[in-house]
Amino acid sequence: MTCDKKELAVAALRNGTVIDHIPSAALFKAVRVLGVESMDKYVTIGYNLQSSKLGRKGIIKVADVEFSQDELDRIALFAPTAVVNIIRDYEVVEKRPVTLSDDIVGIVRCANPKCITNNEPMDTHFHVVSRDPVVISCHYCTCSVAGKDAHIL
Amino acid sequence: MNKRSLVSISDIGRDEILTLLEQAACFERNPNRRLLEGRVVATLFFEPSTRTRLSFETAVNRLGGRVIGFSDAANTSTSKGETLKDTIKMVSNYVDLIIMRHHLEGAARYASEVTDVPVINAGDGANQHPSQTMLDLYSIYKTQGRLDNLDITLVGDLKYGRTVHSLLQAMRWFGSRFRFVACPELQMPPQYIEFCRTNGIRYSEHVEFSPSVIQGSDIIYMTRVQRERFTDIMEYERVKNCYTLKASMLEGARPNMRILHPLPRVGEIDRDVDDNPHAYYFEQARNGLYARQAIICRALGINPADI
Repeated sequence: MTCDKKELAVAALRNGTVIDHIPSAALFKAVRVLGVESMDKYVTIGYNLQSSKLGRKGIIKVADVEFSQDELDRIALFAPTAVVNIIRDYEVVEKRPVTLSDDIVGIVRCANPKCITNNEPMDTHFHVVSRDPVVISCHYCTCSVAGKDAHIL
Repeated sequence: MNKRSLVSISDIGRDEILTLLEQAACFERNPNRRLLEGRVVATLFFEPSTRTRLSFETAVNRLGGRVIGFSDAANTSTSKGETLKDTIKMVSNYVDLIIMRHHLEGAARYASEVTDVPVINAGDGANQHPSQTMLDLYSIYKTQGRLDNLDITLVGDLKYGRTVHSLLQAMRWFGSRFRFVACPELQMPPQYIEFCRTNGIRYSEHVEFSPSVIQGSDIIYMTRVQRERFTDIMEYERVKNCYTLKASMLEGARPNMRILHPLPRVGEIDRDVDDNPHAYYFEQARNGLYARQAIICRALGINPADI
């Protein structure tokens, strides 16, 4: 019965995307990164919800929008536990975790003001050096930053 | 991107390092072999550095090559707003090799990606200076006969000192033991301590530059506390003379022990050490010529043994 209730909560959208298991601390960053604020679709945002996996979690439900893989994987930097549910006709047709690739190009700004990437028109490039916790390092100046502190462009 | 570029000391592994050291020794025996006849090399020093630039230019000149370049970005179209990429692409039309120093970190890495001409990093901000590391390794190798199983003591500014960080990165291939001697404000940063642990480098941390540390060393690598790294001048004044090496402190040192310093030195090595047989920092600077000749030949795919 509890299972059904949970499924219903997730599939309350007719069509759209549900991003679940976002650590609470990362929720609003995820909202910003996904550009949800500038959308005119129905959006439900849950914050500090109970989670057996994370303690506290956030959830974002956007109707009638399917994000691209790239867009969703951006949040893997600071919310590696997030799970994407694609909803079509009230059914969860796809459910997958966000993926963090080994190289991150053009998405994160380097925090080092003396890095060439902050002084020259060029893409940034980071390598993932640790996945738990997420730590990335700049390909150019080698400065490291925790995924959760990464400044997403 | 040219695979023979040298941007970071971590670009080359153990075998290549040893080959470069052998070649440096070859060049020390004869630095005037005309291996670069017909080649043109650019020295692009966006940030001034007389010592490194003269060393590289001498290296090219003695090998029969020609040098073009600049010693200050103020004299170039960078001052007109030209991007680094455009400058590198333009220079790539003229030369066989680019040697560059830049105040921004990652500049040499980027340059190596926008051209097929090999790029040698002569220093990028606080990041890397691989030719300094190679000459340091050559100096250690020459004076000790090996790189493994040594007691190496690093003293002074271990927090901001790019030469000591680079030396650690290079020495991960060789099983030597390190002592880090620094005042609390300038200790080796956590990521390098972690680097030691991950790479099985044995180390110990000290605040006191004691007789037992000096007597237990094969190499003492002194560094200058860099005023330019401090935002708080009062803090700089407090730590700048943390450790000064004087001749009297060298009693009981191992006969093979040598004192290295990347120079310029300020107060950290007393003048009375200069004539002591343990002092090696001036010869160390001269070794820069041979180490750089080896690096240049590697970048151009020239194997001195073939010729």
